[in-house]
Amino acid sequence: MQINYDIFLMYIITNMEKVFYTHDPRVNSVFKVLDKEGNIINNIKHELTDTELLDLYKWMIRINSADKKIINLQRQGFMGTYPSVQGQEACQVAASFILGKKDFLVPTFRETGMMWAKGVPLKKLMLYWMGNENGSKHPLDTEVLPICIPVGSHLPHAQGIGWSQRLKKQEEITLCSFSDGATSEGDFHAALNFAAVFKSRTIFFCQNNEFAISTKTEQQTKSKTIAEKAFAYGMQGIKVDGNDVLALIIALKEAKEMAKKNIPTLVEAKTYRLSDHTTTDNAKLYREELEVKEKLEEEPISRFEKYLISLNILDQEKIEKIKEEAKQEVETISKEALAEKDPELTEMFDYLLEETYPELESQKQALLKEYSNQ
Amino acid sequence: MSEIKVIDAINNALAIGLEKNPDLILLGEDIGKQGGVFRTTSGLQAKYGEERVVDTPLSEQGIMGASVGLSINGHLPVPELQFDGFIWPGFDQIINHITRFRTRTRGRYTTPMVIRVPFGGGIHALEHHSESMESIFSHIPGINVVIPSDPYSAKGLLLDCLESKDPVIFLEPKKIYRAIKQEVPQEHYKIDSKKARVLREGNDLTIISYGACMYDTKKALPEFLKEYPIDFELIDLVSLSPIDYDTILNSAKKTGRVVIINEENPNCGLASELSATISEKCIKYLKAPVKRVTGFDVIIPLLKTEDHYLPTKTRIIEGLKEVINYK
Repeated sequence: MQINYDIFLMYIITNMEKVFYTHDPRVNSVFKVLDKEGNIINNIKHELTDTELLDLYKWMIRINSADKKIINLQRQGFMGTYPSVQGQEACQVAASFILGKKDFLVPTFRETGMMWAKGVPLKKLMLYWMGNENGSKHPLDTEVLPICIPVGSHLPHAQGIGWSQRLKKQEEITLCSFSDGATSEGDFHAALNFAAVFKSRTIFFCQNNEFAISTKTEQQTKSKTIAEKAFAYGMQGIKVDGNDVLALIIALKEAKEMAKKNIPTLVEAKTYRLSDHTTTDNAKLYREELEVKEKLEEEPISRFEKYLISLNILDQEKIEKIKEEAKQEVETISKEALAEKDPELTEMFDYLLEETYPELESQKQALLKEYSNQ
Repeated sequence: MSEIKVIDAINNALAIGLEKNPDLILLGEDIGKQGGVFRTTSGLQAKYGEERVVDTPLSEQGIMGASVGLSINGHLPVPELQFDGFIWPGFDQIINHITRFRTRTRGRYTTPMVIRVPFGGGIHALEHHSESMESIFSHIPGINVVIPSDPYSAKGLLLDCLESKDPVIFLEPKKIYRAIKQEVPQEHYKIDSKKARVLREGNDLTIISYGACMYDTKKALPEFLKEYPIDFELIDLVSLSPIDYDTILNSAKKTGRVVIINEENPNCGLASELSATISEKCIKYLKAPVKRVTGFDVIIPLLKTEDHYLPTKTRIIEGLKEVINYK
């Protein structure tokens, strides 16, 4: 892998005992592979095949399409509150791309795309947002934890899994995704500190999307970058362009190699939340339309699209076809999700504990009786 | 059989657990070389190594959060939180995650673990070292709360909890860590951690207690019995969540008189919950109102006046008299 280390704000660690930094971690530069026009910069090689490149693009389209459909369903009253992933499609596909089926994904709540691409059926994800817990009963052939809503409180879980993987001498690694707001929580500190001390096989993947609801990153931290926080824990930090799927894959692969050597990494992916925080939010209250307009130019899908056109992997006709197929696929899945029956009333009792007890059973019977009388 | 203290019984159970289950991992502050501030884990790191008896950084949220991850990947974590007053940074993990994974994922991911916490007053410790907060844990669905009251129950209950597929908070009454010696089998044995223990059967009065208050209750009883030679029933609650209402309600129906003794703040406490349920389900059988002998709704005082907060012998005896004399 050829990496231009002059712009790769990354401090190569050959092992934890011999840490050496090639740059001052407080320099706010970002590792990129594609410029805004979709051109490769500095001749960086990415080693991805044409099929893989096309697949990545298709996933970004599918995710974007699913996201729009879910928002649409929410507006029609079929979904609960939903946090959109628009603008973060590159992060979503890159993280799932580098993970194997048995690697753990420990997601925050804005990860519909990442979870889908990692192997959780979109129907399940839709069911969850419709208010059905069975949506979080993820398939057994992949390892994806349910989303975490209390911000940052899942980082210690990913640390613990990565620690357990090392103790059990497993091949797998763990990736934890979160956003910039989470870095202000005590859990961020606890998790990174423990991860370094216990040599967890964990990647901490921060999608810095510039907002925690309405609060800007500058209001979260006076650190110039989030990546530099890693150094305080004796860990490596990488800052990468989060709207550049190729840069993300290179950076995350590097972090994965480290995790396989029992070295955790903090990867900061600089991206932008194009959407409102959730469907209940109105971002116009706290940010200028102009800002969003400017950020749209850096949006990940069109940049990657330009690159694939330049390689003749894509043309307008193919793009239209891919978009239409994604739309149809999402349409079909959403119909299936809407047709799904509600959870049984007894489920709220039945899954509480492995071993139930008489009081709980009588409460369940009381609810069933109430229901049967209606 | 040998005569041992609560502290030894717990150490013994943990050693058996480490021996039997290769996935069992102890983690906490100072539990390794030092053996924990109370020495409950004494000698275990030397025998089982630093990867299985782990000194962690000083962070309760880190310990509890790590335990979630360890558990999900197939370890059986037994985190020790050093003192009851320090549990709260880790409480978020208990209430938001440990108790919820099974329900949230419909059983796809579960988080079995045994969270050990020394709790309660009576050792004249510093501030934040004497709290009795068991009701707060018992209030949360999705986790069992277990309290031993002597060396025999400490070992048998802990070994039972170590086989639970559900998360357990195992609250260790620190006042009696070294106060009682008892004959305890050396080998593995279990006591059902969901069942109350009827320590003495009787027909005139039901006395319910647990933890260190059981010790205080037993100490107060002879003086009371001298004046009132009644046939009392003594119940060690053991499981605060779920509560073994079969045992409790049957006893209440039999005797018609119930006293509950614990050292909590009474407002919304365990004693209130028991009292409410007994009143609701046994009103026709009751010959006297259910009496709660508890701490007060105040911050547990520093060591100069701490003993006056805890249910004293006088208060226990007064409570028993009140119920037995009620016409």
